[in-house]
Amino acid sequence: MAEHKTASPAKSDAAQSAGNGHAQTNGSTVAPPYRVIGTRPVRHDGADKVTGRAVYGADLQLPGMLYGAILRSPHAHARIKSIDTSAAEQMPGVLAVATARDLPNLKDKVANLGEGAVNLAHLGANVLAHDKALYKGHAVAAVAAVNIHVAEAALAKIRVDYEPLTAVTWVLDAMQPGAPILHPDLRTDELGEPGAGNTNISTHLHFEQGDPDKAFGQADVVIEREYRTATVHQGYIEPHVSTALWNNDGHLTIWTATQGSFTARQQTAELLQIPLSQVTVVPCEIGGGFGGKIPVYLEPVAALLSRKCGRPVKLIMNRADVFEGTGPTPGSFVRVKLGAKKDGRIVAAEAYLAYDAGAYPGGMIGPGCMCVFSCYDIPNARVDGYDVCLNKPKTAAYRAPGATQAAFACESVVDELAEKLGIDPIELRLKNAAKEGTRRVDGPVYDRVGLVETLEAARNTPHWKSKLEGKNRGRGIACGFWFNIGLKSSVSAHVNFDGTVTLLEGSTDIGGSRTSIAMQLAETLGIKAEEVIPRVVDTDSVGYTDVTGGSRVTFATGLAAYHAGLDIIAQMRQRAALVWECKVEEVEFDAGTFRHKKQSLTFRELAGKLHQTGGAIVGRASVDPEGATNGFAVQIADVEVDPDTGKTTILRWTIVQDAGRAIHPSYVEGQMQGGAVQGIGWALNEEYLYDDKSRMTNASYLDYRMPTALDLPMIETVIVEVPNPAHPYGVRGVGEVPICAPPATLANAIYRATGVRMRELPMSPPRVWAALAAKK
Amino acid sequence: MSKRIHVSTTINGAPTEFLCEARQSLLEVLRDTLRLTGSKEGCGNGNCGACTVLLDGVPVDSCLVLAVEAEGADITTVEGLAHDTRLHPLQQCFLEGAALQCGICTPGFLVTAKALLDRNPKPTEHKIRFQLSGNLCRCTGYDKIVRAVQEAAKALDGNGRAEKKAAAKPRAAAH
Repeated sequence: MAEHKTASPAKSDAAQSAGNGHAQTNGSTVAPPYRVIGTRPVRHDGADKVTGRAVYGADLQLPGMLYGAILRSPHAHARIKSIDTSAAEQMPGVLAVATARDLPNLKDKVANLGEGAVNLAHLGANVLAHDKALYKGHAVAAVAAVNIHVAEAALAKIRVDYEPLTAVTWVLDAMQPGAPILHPDLRTDELGEPGAGNTNISTHLHFEQGDPDKAFGQADVVIEREYRTATVHQGYIEPHVSTALWNNDGHLTIWTATQGSFTARQQTAELLQIPLSQVTVVPCEIGGGFGGKIPVYLEPVAALLSRKCGRPVKLIMNRADVFEGTGPTPGSFVRVKLGAKKDGRIVAAEAYLAYDAGAYPGGMIGPGCMCVFSCYDIPNARVDGYDVCLNKPKTAAYRAPGATQAAFACESVVDELAEKLGIDPIELRLKNAAKEGTRRVDGPVYDRVGLVETLEAARNTPHWKSKLEGKNRGRGIACGFWFNIGLKSSVSAHVNFDGTVTLLEGSTDIGGSRTSIAMQLAETLGIKAEEVIPRVVDTDSVGYTDVTGGSRVTFATGLAAYHAGLDIIAQMRQRAALVWECKVEEVEFDAGTFRHKKQSLTFRELAGKLHQTGGAIVGRASVDPEGATNGFAVQIADVEVDPDTGKTTILRWTIVQDAGRAIHPSYVEGQMQGGAVQGIGWALNEEYLYDDKSRMTNASYLDYRMPTALDLPMIETVIVEVPNPAHPYGVRGVGEVPICAPPATLANAIYRATGVRMRELPMSPPRVWAALAAKK
Repeated sequence: MSKRIHVSTTINGAPTEFLCEARQSLLEVLRDTLRLTGSKEGCGNGNCGACTVLLDGVPVDSCLVLAVEAEGADITTVEGLAHDTRLHPLQQCFLEGAALQCGICTPGFLVTAKALLDRNPKPTEHKIRFQLSGNLCRCTGYDKIVRAVQEAAKALDGNGRAEKKAAAKPRAAAH
């Protein structure tokens, strides 16, 4: 195991020397002598991004381009009786108007989109509402015009006759008999069997192992608690944007901000019922996604408009559209019950989870069930999960989708258990920590995982060892888990005659992955990171690649780059054999140098001879690695709670996480810090607020309060490295785990500071103040 | 379409004239008319700071400024931070410190931070956080952004002369 540490502000010099490379090891698995992996080169797209030259979706301008706008439902639930677009169509400057009537009628066809499946009929109705609007902000019609102002004026001329219906936005209300029904044809998938009668519950999942009832009976301590979490949004700063050109030859090109150009192509082609090959998706630079830019919203609508007018059409959402019309993450109700022996061994667990699906079935309940007890080795457990439709936007993935709500509940109960048993919270977790061979309640048995090492590293942090003093202050700790995924990635790479290698990849780069993938190819080839030129290309220019999601890109696309590197080396050895007139088996390759007897050629020297030995070399690989790579993080928070206002101030924060292997430690730290802070926002402030007609009332950054620089201290990081045996460099994937623990970490810290257990998110000042007042 | 108005400004040191409608924001004109797309629109109502530009040296949300208000003004956008091929120390420190992930908020942060360092060459961490609190970043958790501004302050050394030094000799990567 190796550890990277970053600094607390006061110790930056010391930490900098320790923080570079693999300085600290405990001897159990010493990192191989990598030359590129573990270093911190400047990212390849860096200059473009600090000079404003990088082209994001909104920056694109095409000759003859029109601007579109979308009319959205003002009602949370309404029947659409008619839509009259004639006045808008006649407006000067308007070139096209589209409604759901322009979309093909799709049966219930399910498309697999990598990190989750989608029912195309639902996706189509979400893109443009058919007969019902199911949430405020639901798209109803679209206009293309010569500029955005004309387009917006035209929207005001579209007359929609709505019949408002009663709406429901709290998950437990939506499950009640007699609740307003969103989809009259929906029947609960009850453990594989269709249920009887109208319902909003689309799915009931059930997992069980051992004998939980018997085990609870034998437990010395049993604690059962209920938790509620509000709907929150991914909050990426770049609004959704898509530009479509339906060319005269029938070919559709879409420039868009997407986490998955291939899945965006598939969704669009299926929704429009045209062949995949008729669509090219060009991924622009993307301004954040966190799971929210996997579904299509604008792509098919821009395409419909372009088909009608024969010109490129750009659609951009405004911020309110993003909040009201794109996938937030589920609000939830979770009940967790744990039973333990006096010595702290957790012997039984039970969870009930009800999650918002949003307007259409298929939310994040699956991963919620998978993750609720995933940190612990609990032989007897039972989990029931419910996916519930209600009048909110269709939920989308948000960084470890479904896991944070579950972790908030489980890790809060674990903290209560530790208190009741009088055991240190890290000790209790170590006693029960999942390890190699642990069977999770939903079935998978862990390969080598790093939770024990991560907990031990947390215990050794200066933060945990420090003393926290002062009134109204408390320290909390919690664990988080995300399974991480593999999925499909393709790359090709060609060797340039100057010894550099151009790497073509399909993974859209949302936070520096060009560099983490390029570094793995450079390591494989024995060249420098800067000698690889990574390019994220369109769907016609590289093989199928799944979404940038599931913390999979550095793992799976990195794996593809590794294999492409091996392919290149094999071909280069053949060329060396030609040069040296020897057998290819006699050519050795090590650390960027080809050798035969006393002769040697560096990678660059041999690249210079490709012209004379047969021309260019192209390496390629396509991978679909098995299995999950299972990441864990432990977070520690010191807080001070103002008893007069209920405001929680974070005094100090540390995140400790198993990265498997940190390819570029700075960007691993960045994922840890950014994920932790999103979790902090979720915990303390962020929530969708609704009026009495179930309409969102805070669809702006002013009223939907995300953390600012002033709300936070430095976020200290410790990277633990327990290499993943399923990856040549040990990569696990790091992006999602860090968001899971912060709500429980903060709830536990607030309890230590105030004596009050907060069981509802967000733990905003009014809510904490009310809880403090109730305690008095 | 309403009548267009003639506006004369200086943008990134170059005298620049444009025609705009009265209702157009400075951001819209910068991006759509002048094709200076480095300034980003994240919210359109002054809450995210991604469109920050300097108006006569003062950082403003250009989505909240009408283009006609720019008459006679000296405007600096992110495109004006680098000199020739040399990056501004802030840009260099953002790169070396990995202070960006998706990069959409980066132009706004760079411009806001420049305004801070122009006026206060040795800001405390708190002052940096206060000054940057009008700029939202959803990726980084701000840690590496704040550190990059601290590093840039050191590189600038209070007199701006370090600009050449920083460009000529890239320092070892920070965190």
